[in-house]
Amino acid sequence: MASYGWRVDDLDTDEMILNMGPQHPSTHGVLRLELRTDGEVVRAARPHIGYLHRCFEKHAENVDYPGVIPYTDRMDYVASMGNSLGYALAVETLLKIEVSPYVQTIRVIMAELQRIASHCVAVGTYGMDIGAFTPFLHLLRDREKILDMFEWTCGARLLYNYNWVGGLSHDLPEGFVKACRQFLREFEAITYPELIDLLLKNKIFVKRTANIGVCPVEVAVSYDLTGPNLRGSGPPRDLRKDAPYSGYENYEFQVCVGKGEFGPLGSCFDRNWVRTVEMAESAKIVHQALDRLEKMERADVHEKVPKRVKPPKSEVYSRSEAPRGQLGYFIVADGTGVNPYRVKVKSPCFTAMSVFHVLSRGMYIADIIALIGSLDVVLGEIDR
Amino acid sequence: MDLFFRLFPEAWPDWLRVALSAAIPAVLLLTFMAVGPIVYVYAERKIAGFMQDRLGPTRVGPYGLLQTVADAIKLMFKEAIYPTGVDKKLFLIAPCLVVLGAFLAMVVIPFGGKAQVADLNVGLFYVIAVSSLSTVGLIMAGWASNNKYALFGAMRSAAQIVSYEIPAVMILLGIVMIVGSLSLQDIVLYQEGGLTHWLLFRYFPIMPIAFVIFFTAGLAECNRTPFDIPEAESELVAGFHTEYSGFFFAMFFMAEYTEMFVISSVASVLFLGGYWSPLPNHILQHIGPIGLGPLWLIAKAWFLVFVMMWLRWTLPRLRVDQLMYVAWKVLLPISMVLVVLVGGLLMIPATRNGFPWDRWVGWIFTLVIFGALIAWMAGARLSKKRRVQDLAA
Amino acid sequence: MDAARIHQRLSAHLGEGAVAFQADALQPWAVVAPEAIADVAAFCKSDPELSFDNLMCLSAVDYPKETPPRLELVYHLWSYTHSHGFVLKVHLPRESPSVRTVENVWGVANWHEREAYDMFGITFTGHSDLRRILLPDDWIGYPLRKDWVDPDFYNGLHVKPTPQMAERSMAGEKMGVGPFDYTPPNRHVED
Repeated sequence: MASYGWRVDDLDTDEMILNMGPQHPSTHGVLRLELRTDGEVVRAARPHIGYLHRCFEKHAENVDYPGVIPYTDRMDYVASMGNSLGYALAVETLLKIEVSPYVQTIRVIMAELQRIASHCVAVGTYGMDIGAFTPFLHLLRDREKILDMFEWTCGARLLYNYNWVGGLSHDLPEGFVKACRQFLREFEAITYPELIDLLLKNKIFVKRTANIGVCPVEVAVSYDLTGPNLRGSGPPRDLRKDAPYSGYENYEFQVCVGKGEFGPLGSCFDRNWVRTVEMAESAKIVHQALDRLEKMERADVHEKVPKRVKPPKSEVYSRSEAPRGQLGYFIVADGTGVNPYRVKVKSPCFTAMSVFHVLSRGMYIADIIALIGSLDVVLGEIDR
Repeated sequence: MDLFFRLFPEAWPDWLRVALSAAIPAVLLLTFMAVGPIVYVYAERKIAGFMQDRLGPTRVGPYGLLQTVADAIKLMFKEAIYPTGVDKKLFLIAPCLVVLGAFLAMVVIPFGGKAQVADLNVGLFYVIAVSSLSTVGLIMAGWASNNKYALFGAMRSAAQIVSYEIPAVMILLGIVMIVGSLSLQDIVLYQEGGLTHWLLFRYFPIMPIAFVIFFTAGLAECNRTPFDIPEAESELVAGFHTEYSGFFFAMFFMAEYTEMFVISSVASVLFLGGYWSPLPNHILQHIGPIGLGPLWLIAKAWFLVFVMMWLRWTLPRLRVDQLMYVAWKVLLPISMVLVVLVGGLLMIPATRNGFPWDRWVGWIFTLVIFGALIAWMAGARLSKKRRVQDLAA
Repeated sequence: MDAARIHQRLSAHLGEGAVAFQADALQPWAVVAPEAIADVAAFCKSDPELSFDNLMCLSAVDYPKETPPRLELVYHLWSYTHSHGFVLKVHLPRESPSVRTVENVWGVANWHEREAYDMFGITFTGHSDLRRILLPDDWIGYPLRKDWVDPDFYNGLHVKPTPQMAERSMAGEKMGVGPFDYTPPNRHVED
C-alpha cells in the first residue's frame, strides 16, 4: 500500500493525526481530511479527494456531444442547471449557434432558480454544521418548491438534462410563470428575512464564523477562488456582469461582496453573507426574466438544436457563473467524428479545495468544519 | 418516606419497615423518571418539527404518540457492538454511571409537602455532589471507546461540566444565604404565598439574573445546545457516545433527558416556588383532599424543559474556547458579584426580606413577558401573511 | 489588450521563446518551449501591462496521431486587473514528459498539475507534492491518454466488464470474469 499519509514517526510528541474520514456527517461529500493536530489546534491539514471520481472526462470522449450533458449534470449534482448550461454554451460557441431570446430567457430563469436552490443547501447545511438545525429545514422547504417547479418542467428533480446544445429539452409548462412568482413572493417575504434574523444576525453564529478562514484577496486570486468565495474577500467579480452570456446583460442586479462588518474581510461569515444576499438578487433577476418572458411570444425551444453535432476542428474555453464559482469547460473538437476529442472541466470547488491547506493552519477542529462549509464544496464537482 | 413508614403495621420488624418505606418511593420515582424520557423525546421531536415547519412523528400511533415506545423497543433489540480494543469493564459501566448521576438527584426533590423520597437536610449539597457523577461516566465512555473522536468529546465534556458547575454553585450559595437552609423542603416552604414570594423575584433584578445564570449553567451541564459540543453531531459524529449502539445508546439518551428534567426541577424548586401554585392564598393548591403540588412542580419543570428544547432548535453551538470564555469570564464574575450583593443586602436590616418593590413586580414582570411573547408571535404570523399578500399586489 | 499585442509583448520580452502564435483560432494561443514556461509564467504575472494574476485552467491533451505525437499542456490565463485573457501551450513528448512547475506563480497550479500527472503522466519538476490526486495512489497507468486500456484486475478485484473484454470473450478467450463465462439458460425456447 502506498504511503500517502503522514508517517507516525514524523510527529512531535504532542501531535496527533486525526482522520476526518470519507464518512463524516459534515464534509459535504466523501472527502478525507488528514489533520495533524496539537490537542484541538490544527497544525497542518491535507485533503484527500478522489472517492467520487467517476471518469467524466474519459466518458465524454466516448459519447457524442449531446450525450455528455447527462454526465455534466452529475458533476455538481446540487446545481445541475448551471453545469449543463456551461457545457451547452461552450458547444454552441464551437458551432457558432446563437439561440433565440426566448430560450435565453428561460435559461436565465432556470439558472437563477437553481442558484437560489443551491445557496439554500449551502447556507442551510452550513448552519447545521455550526449547530443551528432550524434554518436548514426552512431553506429546504423553499428548495422543495423550486424542485417541484423543475419537475413540472422537465420531469426531474435533481439531474435534469435540460440545457441542450442549441436549445432546451422542454418548454415551460402553462402556469409556470404564475407558480414561479408565487414562490418568489413567499421566499422574499418569509424565508429570506427569517433566514437573516435567525442565522446571520445570530451573535453565536457571528462569533463562530467572523474571525476564521480569512482569505486575503491575493491568495484568493492566486488559488483561483471564484464566485462567492472570491466576492467574500472583496473584489466584485461576477461573470454575469464581466462577460455576460445568455442575455444577462439585459437584467439589472447588483454584485454582492463581503463587507467585513463583523471581522476581517474574507472570513467565513463574509462568504456566507454573499451567498445569502445573492439569493435575493437572483430572485430579482427571475422577476425581470419572467416579465421579459411574458412579453415574448412562445418560440420553439428545439429550433436550433442540430440533428448531428459535428463542430469543426477548434477548441474553446468557455466560462459561466455556476452557484459555486466560475465553471470552465475546455472542449477540443478535432473535426472528425461526433464525439468530443477532449473535455476538461475546471470546477470551482476543485480550486476552492486547493486553498484549504493554506487557510486551515492554526484553526480549531470545529473551525475546520466551518471552513469547508463556507467554501461550499460539492465532492461530485471536485472529483468529477 | 415517613408516610410509608407509618403505613406499615407496627408489628413488623423495624428493618423491614425501613427497607420497604425506602424502597417503595424509590421504585415509584424510578418508574416515573424512566417513563419521563419517553414523553420528552416525543415532545422534543414534535416541538422540533413545528419549529422547523414540518410535522414531526405522525405515523406510529395517533399523532405519533407511540414513536418513542417504538424507538425504545428497536434500541433494545439492536445488537450491542463492542469495537475492538475497548476496555470492556469501563465500556459497560460508563452508561450506568451517567444514568446514575441523573437519577440520584431526583431523590431529594420535593414533589409535595410530604411527597419526597428523602428529605435530607443537606439536600442542595447532595444534588450538586451527585450530578457530578455523570462527568466521571462521560470520561469513562470516551476513554473506553478506543476512538479519538470519543476521547475528544469526553475531554470537552469534562472541561465544560466542571467549568459550568462553578457559577451554578455560586448562585446556589446566594439562595442558601437567603433561605438559611440547605434542605430543599425548607427552600420550597420559604416560597409559600404565590408568585410574589418566589425567589425568582427576590431582590429584583438580582435574582432574575441569577436565575438566567443558573439556567445557562444548567444547560451546559446537560450538554444541550448551545453547549452541546461533547455530542456535536456535525463535528465529532456523536462525541463520547459514538461507539455505543443499541441499549447503551438508549441509556445515554435517557440520561440526557432525565438530566434535563433534573436541572429544570431543581431550578423550579429553587426559583419558581417548587410545588406551590403561583396564585396567592393557596388557590388551586388543593382539589378537595388531593394536593396539586406535584402537578405544579412538574408543570414548572416541563415548562423549563420546553425552554431548553426551544433553545436547542434556535441557537447554533459555541466553540469550545468560546464556551470556556463564557463560563470563566462572563458567568463566574457576574455570579460572584451577585452573591456578594445578596450577602450584603441580607446584612442590612432594611432589605433583609427583599426590596420593597418585590411584592408586586413579580406579577407585572410575568404578565409583561408572557404578553410580549404572545403578542410578538401573533404579530409575526399576521405580518407574514400580510407581506406575502402585499407582494402579490 | 488583444491577443496579438499580448503575443508581441511576450516575444519582446523573451525573444524567440514564445514561438508559433496561432492567431486565427476562437481563442488565439502561443506555443512556448517547455524549458521556458516557468519564466514565461513568472513574466506574465509580474509584468504590469500583462498582469495575468489568475490561472483559469491548466489542462493536458493527448495527440498521439499528430506529427510529431505530443502531449499538450494548455494554460488559460486571465487578468482581473486588465480583463484580458490569453492561452499558452506547451508541447511535450509522449515518452516521459516533464516540464517545470508553475505553482510558485499561481498557487492553484499545485492541484491542476497533480491532476495532469495523475491522468497523463506528466512530471512537473520542482513540484512540492507530486502524487496522484483523483485515482488511488497505487493505480498503475495514466487513464486519460488515448492509448489507455482498462486493466482486467485491480488489487485482485475484477474490473467492470468493458466492450473490449466482451469482444475477447466472444473470440473464445477464457476471461475468468463471471458474466463472460456464464451462459444463462434460454427460457424462451419452444420445444
